[in-house]
Amino acid sequence: MADLIAKTPLDSMEPVTIGTCTVTEANLGTLTSIAPYAGAKIADTFKTAHGMAWPAPNRATGKDGARAIWFGRDMVLLAGPDPDAGLAKHAALTDQSDAWTAVTLGGADAEAVLARLIPLDLSPANFKRGHTARTQIQHMTGSVTRIGADTFLLLVFRSMAGTLLHDLERAMASVAVRG
Amino acid sequence: MRLRCPICGERDRREFYYQGAAVMLDRPAPDAGEAAWDNYLHLRENPAGDLEEVWSHDAGCGAWLKVTRNVSTHEIKSVELAREVKQ
Amino acid sequence: MRVEGKGLIDRKQRLSFRFDGRTYHGFAGDTLASALLANDVRHVARSFKYHRPRGILTAGSEEPNALVTIGRGPATDPNVRATVQELYDGLEARSQNAWPSLGFDVLSINDLAAPFLGAGFYYKTFMWPRAFWEKVYEPFIRRAAGLGALGGEKDADHYEKAYAFCDVLVIGAGPAGLMAAWTAAQAGAQVILADEDSRMGGRLNAETLTIDDKPGADWAADMVSKLAAMDNVRLMPRTTVTGAHDGGTFGALERVSHHVNGVPPGGVKETFWRIVAKRSILAAGAIERHIAFQNNDRPGIMAAGAVRAYLNRFGVSAGKAVTVFANNDDAHRTAMDLQDAGVHIAAVIDSRKDAQALGDYRLMSGAIVTGAEGRKGLEAIRVTTATGTEKIATDCLAVSGGWNPTVHMTCHMNGRPTWDERIASFVPTPGAIPGMETAGACNGAFSTASCLSEGVAAARSSLDALGMTAPDIKIPQADDSNYALEPLWAVPGKGRAWLDFQNDVSVKDVKQAAQENFTSVEHMKRYTTQGMATDQGKNSNVAALALLADATGRGIPETGTTTFRPPYTPVALAALGAGAQGKGFAPERKTTSHAASVAAGAPMIEAGLWYRPSHFPLPDEKTWRQSCDREVGWVRNAVGICDVSTLGKIDIQGPDAAKLLDFVYTNMFSTLKENRVRYGLMLREDGHLMDDGTTARLGENHYVMTTTTAAAGQVMRHLEFVTQALHPEWDVRIMSVTEQWAQFAVAGPKSRELLNGLLDDAIDDSKWPFMSCGPVTVQGVKGRLFRISFSGEHAYELAVPSRYGDSLFRLLVARAESLGGGAYGMEALNVLRIEKGFITHSEIDGRVTAQDIGMARMLSEKKDFIGATMAQRPGLTEAGRAQLVGLKPVGPVKQLTAGAHIYTDGAEPVAEHDQGYVTSVGFSPTLGHFIGLGFVTDGLSRHGDVLNMVDHVRGIQTRVELCDPVFFDPKGERTRG
Ligand SMILES: [Zn+2]
Repeated sequence: MADLIAKTPLDSMEPVTIGTCTVTEANLGTLTSIAPYAGAKIADTFKTAHGMAWPAPNRATGKDGARAIWFGRDMVLLAGPDPDAGLAKHAALTDQSDAWTAVTLGGADAEAVLARLIPLDLSPANFKRGHTARTQIQHMTGSVTRIGADTFLLLVFRSMAGTLLHDLERAMASVAVRG
Repeated sequence: MRLRCPICGERDRREFYYQGAAVMLDRPAPDAGEAAWDNYLHLRENPAGDLEEVWSHDAGCGAWLKVTRNVSTHEIKSVELAREVKQ
Repeated sequence: MRVEGKGLIDRKQRLSFRFDGRTYHGFAGDTLASALLANDVRHVARSFKYHRPRGILTAGSEEPNALVTIGRGPATDPNVRATVQELYDGLEARSQNAWPSLGFDVLSINDLAAPFLGAGFYYKTFMWPRAFWEKVYEPFIRRAAGLGALGGEKDADHYEKAYAFCDVLVIGAGPAGLMAAWTAAQAGAQVILADEDSRMGGRLNAETLTIDDKPGADWAADMVSKLAAMDNVRLMPRTTVTGAHDGGTFGALERVSHHVNGVPPGGVKETFWRIVAKRSILAAGAIERHIAFQNNDRPGIMAAGAVRAYLNRFGVSAGKAVTVFANNDDAHRTAMDLQDAGVHIAAVIDSRKDAQALGDYRLMSGAIVTGAEGRKGLEAIRVTTATGTEKIATDCLAVSGGWNPTVHMTCHMNGRPTWDERIASFVPTPGAIPGMETAGACNGAFSTASCLSEGVAAARSSLDALGMTAPDIKIPQADDSNYALEPLWAVPGKGRAWLDFQNDVSVKDVKQAAQENFTSVEHMKRYTTQGMATDQGKNSNVAALALLADATGRGIPETGTTTFRPPYTPVALAALGAGAQGKGFAPERKTTSHAASVAAGAPMIEAGLWYRPSHFPLPDEKTWRQSCDREVGWVRNAVGICDVSTLGKIDIQGPDAAKLLDFVYTNMFSTLKENRVRYGLMLREDGHLMDDGTTARLGENHYVMTTTTAAAGQVMRHLEFVTQALHPEWDVRIMSVTEQWAQFAVAGPKSRELLNGLLDDAIDDSKWPFMSCGPVTVQGVKGRLFRISFSGEHAYELAVPSRYGDSLFRLLVARAESLGGGAYGMEALNVLRIEKGFITHSEIDGRVTAQDIGMARMLSEKKDFIGATMAQRPGLTEAGRAQLVGLKPVGPVKQLTAGAHIYTDGAEPVAEHDQGYVTSVGFSPTLGHFIGLGFVTDGLSRHGDVLNMVDHVRGIQTRVELCDPVFFDPKGERTRG
């Protein structure tokens, strides 16, 4: 019997380039939400287990392949490795690997594109590499993280993958036309 | 209008869900009596001035907030985490 | 006519355009208005009410007259001010509000009927008979009195919204704004400088003034290029800041593509910005006001500053023999500039007795203009002096009654401006907008030198507030001449003298309003419509209220002013609604089975933001009912597959997880055994039902809750409220996992057989009884299996991580088909649940209690829970409430409709005989007739009663019998078996 076939939220689409910007579906690996229990001292355990700092609110740590992204009140999203089993006694761990559409938006005009979708000041002075926010992306709630000089990681619910792509393409086209 | 979420910082009010008067933070005991429950659920002040309200940072961190707002000028006097107000 | 050697236009770039079908030429840098004047086209519009011929009055966004329609079809833009429309090659403009043509307009007869159309005309005339309003009066007024019309086709969505942030927002890029932006930028602040014009510089582009011995326009251009080179400065030309809102938020409309021929593919026509600024500086300038005299609206009579602007910026003289009428020194510049350019000045008429000529022209001091001749274009004026009246031939009269500071934005948050006797106008009241400074002409500082220094000062205060330091800024040398003015609002005399040109309000109208006791400025405004046109009376409000003050014997400060509200200039609804058309309206949530369902031909219907299949038609089926009946049959007789992933799924973990569930559900969950599922009811605190669903216990401290699709967001927020705001001491964590799992109902007598060919380990009823759950593997993939049923059949729900959803759905459907079943959609799902009397949010409509649906036994008496106290209050428990019943037709008509009401049998179907209403209906192929659910007064104890269902909307009447809502398998043997 055929194996179940895995599909990504954007069905492994080819990167889309409009103007200076490119949107690419991101494979972040395993996604685990980690919500520490009352009084838990998780930072050290986390650091030892995953080699990166437990992120403060509105911050992300780690790098490509293993990131810890602050993901809301008392919650961090571990992206990449499977969570260390030792974390479970400190926090509620929930598998989110299939719950999110993840894309990167990169390019010289990425900030201008996102200024059409996200109600936040994403200028480098205010939103540096390693900064993250839970916010709105057009009409969706989502997560935005600056992961490079002109590259952002965006997450919205898996079911909204098509809308995210639609909204990004529209904004990218508008910015591209302005030149 | 903008609210300063104690966790996320200042955000546009569109990220927030408005619930109502902050009275609802103080749930009466089951046997508190009709008057207490009536007050908790139905009776609301309508001042032309400062009002304590509860909002949720729905499109942000998800925190429930106690906001003191002048409903005439929309000036935000304070924003606190409901969780901390209660503890 | 063009004047050689003048203007900031590019004479090398000749542009062709059309106005009312005729072809003309202009140059790059022209506006439509300047190009029309260059071609000696003076009559460009008809007025709103009286259809009087009108020309171009101003050179800015305050223009009341020269409204035209640009473009055709879906790209039609009506009511465009010719004075702000930049010229491009191929531009096509049409005049408005004239029929059959601008030159011969039938409804100009209104002008002769003017005595009957004065102030209060609308209120007096169209009051009776009442029925005439909709059929006669309104259509007539709409046709007769009008602005331009839309193209009538759907507007392409060429609009967008965007956000911008800064430390200092400077509104207006004249001398004050440029200096403010420069000063703030030098201190390192993030600066946005927005100006509605395509070319920054404000009046400096319209005057012959110098700054540091450089022509003002050159100085401005230098400043703009220096600012443009700075990383911390963002210049936003063609951007009108339209409103000041709470918390330092500003609305701003950028006209992105109005200056080019057609929106480029992928581009936008306009961007509506939300700018968030820590501090703001209003440097919006001032608007020149008119003086009212008989026929002061004739084409060729213009604002004196506008005449200068057309000359100095566009190289156009608005006339060949120009006259000037003023009450202040400033307007004399118009005569000087024109004379320097070689244009004949016929006379300067100054109402001040002590006025001095500033140059070599004929000055008539202490004189007033008392009339104008020439209907479609000015030919002569009558000037009255102490000694008599003289007629002077002129084709352009430049008028200045002084300048009004553009205080509008300072009033957007309820502030009122302050009357300043010195300039006989209103100035901003400090602090009217938190964080806003005002500078320059909008502050009543009219000389160039004072604009420059106020710009610096405003920036300094803003920087202070930001904790930033302004460097030393050298204030350039500029003109500091005094603005000497003696107020003159209207000249005495007979005949109609106009105030509000766009709404055709005359001096007499204002006086009449006062006579009829509409003495409050707000009443006068509404009675006369003064200031209620699209220009909001920018040119005329101050004069109108000065005249009202005079007529009522009050001072102007006591008379007050009307409220300026956003937007400063009109904003198309399309811009405000940008990004919300079509696919932008709301996110589309698609399940993992979406593609397979669409491929199977299933029509997708909206369920909140989700898209779900209505039914899966087979080739020979012609109606949805045929498909639905078949799909119900599959589930009842074989096995059906349905995607139920849209139901909310919430992961609940922690030592106090059970405590939370006991508190939010009416029944107990702490007693639920691991690997078991329980149905729960959730109330609102007021005792009404919020939601229902099943919750499974996966481990000691681990549950997964299911909500309805409709209430998923509400329940999540509710749980957050309980855990953060009511019981923060509980150690429990909640997380939505709706999107993580693709979950499918496998329902029907052959469901176990289907699964046993698919799951890696076979299941049997002893290990998997009804309401059990647990982990399973499907071809090596870890999933969850729940033995629950929303159809009343032996059924399961199988969940796998969403990446496998598409694949699993196809596999399940293929297997179901091999067993004589297949996929089923929402219609069948609905019929199946109605047959079993299961409720949805059609029943839980916010007014319904647990008792009302016959579930009083689920209200635990052993614990406190949300809604427990209030669910017991008399109003929710006493007799006479509408209660859930099943409904079946018993008369000759067999149809039931949702939304219909139920009345006493034999009584007239009116409100006083109302017994209840129908919430859900469906044709049950299992039973062979329609069935329904509804709420009927005391219905739980009235099974067997026959009542009358009437659907007044659809015209259907059916006799119905009340019955148990569980129509099928009332003992649940099929579910459990
Ligand atoms: Zn927040």
